[in-house]
Amino acid sequence: MAIHNILSNSGEWLRGEGPHQKIVVSSRVRLARNLRDFAFPGWAKRSERISILETIKPQVEGLSEMGDAYSVFSQDLSALEKQVLVERHLISREHAAKGVGSAVVMNKKQTLSVMINEEDHLRIQGIRAGLQLKNVFKMVDKVDSGLEERLDFAFHPRLGYLTACPTNVGTGMRASAMVHLPALVLSEQINQVVQAVNKIGLAVRGLYGEGTEALGNLFQVSNQTTLGEREEDIIERLNKVILSIIEHERNARQMLLQKRPNTLFDHIGRGYGILRHAYSITSKEGLNLLSFIKLGIDLHVFPENWRRTIDELFMETQPAHLQKGSQAKLAADERDFVRARIVRERLTDFPKPDLDGARLGGENGDET
Amino acid sequence: MICDVCKQNQATVFLTQIVDGKMQKVNLCESCSKEKGVTDPTGFALADLLLGLGAAQEIEKGGGLVKCPVCGFSQADFKKTGRLGCASCYETFSDALDSLIKGMHKGTEHKGKVPSRLARTMEREQQLKELQRELRKAVADENYESAAQLRDRIRTIQADR
Repeated sequence: MAIHNILSNSGEWLRGEGPHQKIVVSSRVRLARNLRDFAFPGWAKRSERISILETIKPQVEGLSEMGDAYSVFSQDLSALEKQVLVERHLISREHAAKGVGSAVVMNKKQTLSVMINEEDHLRIQGIRAGLQLKNVFKMVDKVDSGLEERLDFAFHPRLGYLTACPTNVGTGMRASAMVHLPALVLSEQINQVVQAVNKIGLAVRGLYGEGTEALGNLFQVSNQTTLGEREEDIIERLNKVILSIIEHERNARQMLLQKRPNTLFDHIGRGYGILRHAYSITSKEGLNLLSFIKLGIDLHVFPENWRRTIDELFMETQPAHLQKGSQAKLAADERDFVRARIVRERLTDFPKPDLDGARLGGENGDET
Repeated sequence: MICDVCKQNQATVFLTQIVDGKMQKVNLCESCSKEKGVTDPTGFALADLLLGLGAAQEIEKGGGLVKCPVCGFSQADFKKTGRLGCASCYETFSDALDSLIKGMHKGTEHKGKVPSRLARTMEREQQLKELQRELRKAVADENYESAAQLRDRIRTIQADR
């Protein structure tokens, strides 16, 4: 399969449906694995990295899950193509910086991606829409079991899977959910939630992981520790916390509807007005405004059948996605014009807010 | 107060974070705080800084200029990158790493998945140990008939290896 097929089709997780999908955008699980007899990628010489790659890549491509996979060496991807994959969370920012000696293999649905020679020899990642960490874990676990039959993984009887960074040792697993929490941000409760989550050993991060800003009221909640607990227990613990965050967000939405409807409607109305009429929108402003349109759909202020368009705009207005259609690299201000034009065009027929119809409603949009 | 990183200059930046109920504190001088990105809140995670710091200190305790015999990775390299060189480094630097890992994770022993090939080997080792223990007991009890049976079973398992 060719790169343009991947780039021109958004991943299943963006279009797909999953439990609690109004608040939980996606669930992701990654496993870090290393070969026993080679140095970790950061320490291995170029020639060693190439032989690691030559050992691993055919085995990954041979997996039944990877039928019709897209497989590419890092040096064969342009910086822009890599950035598109980063924006889709199919490769990490660290992997995007790699050249010769690294590769990525992903399935057609873009639910599964295997990075070779990132920080570890293997990073096996699964991503699905909504809150379904257990299913995603099963998916990557199956890939891992398939690979371990053919590859000798570095495993220590007491410490478990050995990783380049001791923070990942043990299960080598990082599970995370991307959650959309506009009401907790608007009602200024988000810091309390973040602190509470940190206290119990889980991490809350911005849109693109460590050290990134929480744009568009999107946060990633993930496990911080990897040793001393079974994979299933880590996921169970994380799942419980995310369910409780969902509950808090729903309560905050209810509170805003009852006590501060004018503030809430002002944000939704401004989002509607600016996105439909502006001629220049930065990436940050775009995400923050789209967030309130998304909230408006959740609250039945806008019709449900626009959800998909809004979700797609979250991705299409990201810097690399914006430029993948154009031939030349765009300057920042040119990108802002293009972004505003795309949004205006996509929202030409977008209906006016129906503020009288605003209500919390069911969690999965199943309520009529 | 002296800076925790360079151990030379006066610390002017004081950071406190509570992780998992434990309070962690770091004191930095102005130049080290800049170097660690503390002045840029978006690019800064205290946990990473702490882990890096702790890691460097723990490794130093291991003393000397120990190098991993397999990959040649040294303590200084770990201090610089916060990453290890290869799987054997976990053995080479085990003393220092163990206490580091203890502070980092919920436990010190892996409780999760074991690669199935390895699981089979480990299960067999366990079974062998058990049989050998029973054999010693049978001999001590002068129960030679069951001792002979146990010996045969041990031989079968060992031959299978």
